Amino acid sequence: MSSETQQILTTDGIPLSVSLKKAERKNKIKAFLLVVPLLLFLIITYILPIGDMFMRSIDDKMVTNMLPKTFTAMEKWDGKEMPPEEVFAGFYSDFKILVQNKEHGKLAQRLNKEKNGFNSIIKKLFRQVQRNKIDEGRSIKEQIMKVHKRWRDVEYWQAIKRTAPPYTTAKYLKGMDMYYGPDGNIMQVDEDRRIHRILWLRTLEIAFFVTLFSFLMGYPIAHLLATLPMKYSNLLMICVLLPFWTSLLVRTASWMILLQQQGIVNDFFVMIGLVADDNRPEMMYNKVGTYVAMTQILLPFMVLPLYSVMKTISPSLMRAGKSLGGTPFVAFWKIYFPLTIPGIGAGCLLVFILAIGYYITPALVGGASGTLISNQIAYHMKTTLDWSFASAMGLMLLTGVLVVYWVYNKLVGVDNIKLG
Amino acid sequence: MALPKYTETRYRVWHYSYLFICACVFIFLIAPLFVIFPLSFNAEEFLVFSEGMKNLDPDAFSLRWYKDMIYGTKNPWGLAAKNSFIIAIFATIGSIILGTLAALGLSSRYMPYKGIIMATLISPMIVPLIISGVAIFFFMAKAGLAATHTGIVLAHIILGTPFVVITVTATLTGFDHSVTRAASSLGSNPVNTFMKITLPLILPGVISGGLFAFVTSFDEVVVVLFLAGLENTTIPIQMWTGLREQLSPTILAVATCLIVLSTLILVSAELLRRRSERLRGINR
Repeated sequence: MSSETQQILTTDGIPLSVSLKKAERKNKIKAFLLVVPLLLFLIITYILPIGDMFMRSIDDKMVTNMLPKTFTAMEKWDGKEMPPEEVFAGFYSDFKILVQNKEHGKLAQRLNKEKNGFNSIIKKLFRQVQRNKIDEGRSIKEQIMKVHKRWRDVEYWQAIKRTAPPYTTAKYLKGMDMYYGPDGNIMQVDEDRRIHRILWLRTLEIAFFVTLFSFLMGYPIAHLLATLPMKYSNLLMICVLLPFWTSLLVRTASWMILLQQQGIVNDFFVMIGLVADDNRPEMMYNKVGTYVAMTQILLPFMVLPLYSVMKTISPSLMRAGKSLGGTPFVAFWKIYFPLTIPGIGAGCLLVFILAIGYYITPALVGGASGTLISNQIAYHMKTTLDWSFASAMGLMLLTGVLVVYWVYNKLVGVDNIKLG
Repeated sequence: MALPKYTETRYRVWHYSYLFICACVFIFLIAPLFVIFPLSFNAEEFLVFSEGMKNLDPDAFSLRWYKDMIYGTKNPWGLAAKNSFIIAIFATIGSIILGTLAALGLSSRYMPYKGIIMATLISPMIVPLIISGVAIFFFMAKAGLAATHTGIVLAHIILGTPFVVITVTATLTGFDHSVTRAASSLGSNPVNTFMKITLPLILPGVISGGLFAFVTSFDEVVVVLFLAGLENTTIPIQMWTGLREQLSPTILAVATCLIVLSTLILVSAELLRRRSERLRGINR
């Protein structure tokens, strides 16, 4: 067989297989070239900046660059006793340059984060240097040690040494309410200050329950939409699609109106006698508001994948089940429900992924007890300007989402995403 | 959905309670949008239905908040609307061009590394917006594009292309490639074939992807919050600021306009989807 196929030649006298391979390679390149513009654009403006976020989150080069001579001298220091003269000399010459460039304040700030008390002793040293009080002819170690008693404390020098590596995982630990203790081991933040862990758990909790509520509400209506005759279902589909296409902020605004204390929902509760008029419950600026608004906003993302799966299930299957003696419930549970599992997987994971990174709605209706990890990221980006910490938390969130996405891909396949 | 006459009572009860549950969910979905309409015509400043409104007294209704939206002093909506439309239109054009090209490549059967490339291209849709916002902000700040229209347009192209890629790829799955081969064999060059044969056939997919991109850009607030300066304020940013500070009826007037806009978009998207399915011979 093989010798026969090799003999087939094209009109140019080239073997067919060679010519075919050439044509296929050409097609491959052609297809790839079409994708290249978007791929390059996304890599430059999006994928690489996410890498940049990672670099920022572990970056700790500031002190490394500020005190190069100190750290070179420290390499020989065992880190247990007071450092030798060379370390002090190196530190002094680094510090003089910092004073000239007016960067000693930044150093004080950074070192103070490592160990409390650096601010004042660096200020003191700065004044001495400014007034040229330090005589370079004599032992610099003794002169610096005289500036303040903390300069005689070995713990402060150990703290400086800890800032030497250009990279750190401290921001990630901070995101989990942990930190590096004085001797370099990982410590837990005091129990009453563990804010981030609460936020992570709350984010997971809200994402989970919003997904559950969306499923419980979305499944029946998706089923109704899929089984009703076209002319009715098209009309009802508008109820799903109109919120889907409406601005997120408009929908959040309408929930703010509905849920306020004098709002329509409270009016209704008073009318049916559920609550007293002077005792209207607070339904906004807490978790209730976040749950209600987020469920309504994300519900279409549950209904649409469910609907597109249910639409393909033939109604005769249920009839067959019933005619074979199953009650409607058995027929539903044993036949219909298993067939909708791909839709359930798609809807749940879509809603979960969207909910876990939600920002706008919780910030507006969530109040203090309804804020999520995204709000914390935005807070650090815009208010405290601790961009490296914001990056670290963002990447922790991203890792979580990618894990969920990976599961989604395994279960359903990315190609099955359907829009409307 | 009429029940057969022989249905047992318990199934009858179950069936009607099922319909009742569905009705509640539909009301839950759609009712919040309708609250905004009447309140935006409120003559008073409060965001509750006044006694006059409940009695349908014509004096209780007015267009005052719409006037305030358009003519109000030092009011930001005019600039915001202009910016929003400019940004959304350019972002949509960019997304359509880049997304359609990529979709054409992706649906070729010769495309190498299809899985990983597809995953990369639609990643902006999966990554939470807050993270995209931080990453894009870092890039724009480095490139000197923060607080510029260009920067925001580029950011919205990033967020909008996945939709175009997905819709156009979906349209191309039912595409009959023999028609383009026929065109080529009749002497048409590739560009001509694309413009005269392929594009008209995939146009519904392209436009509906474009609509998604437009809405994404028009409604986007997280990334713009990081990128925009005072000059680049958009409608969502103004709404966000307004909702955080004080819920005023003017916002409801804007919201009503936005609902009307989204209704128009919904209708066109729905018509396009049907046309596309008819063209591809899919009957549901």
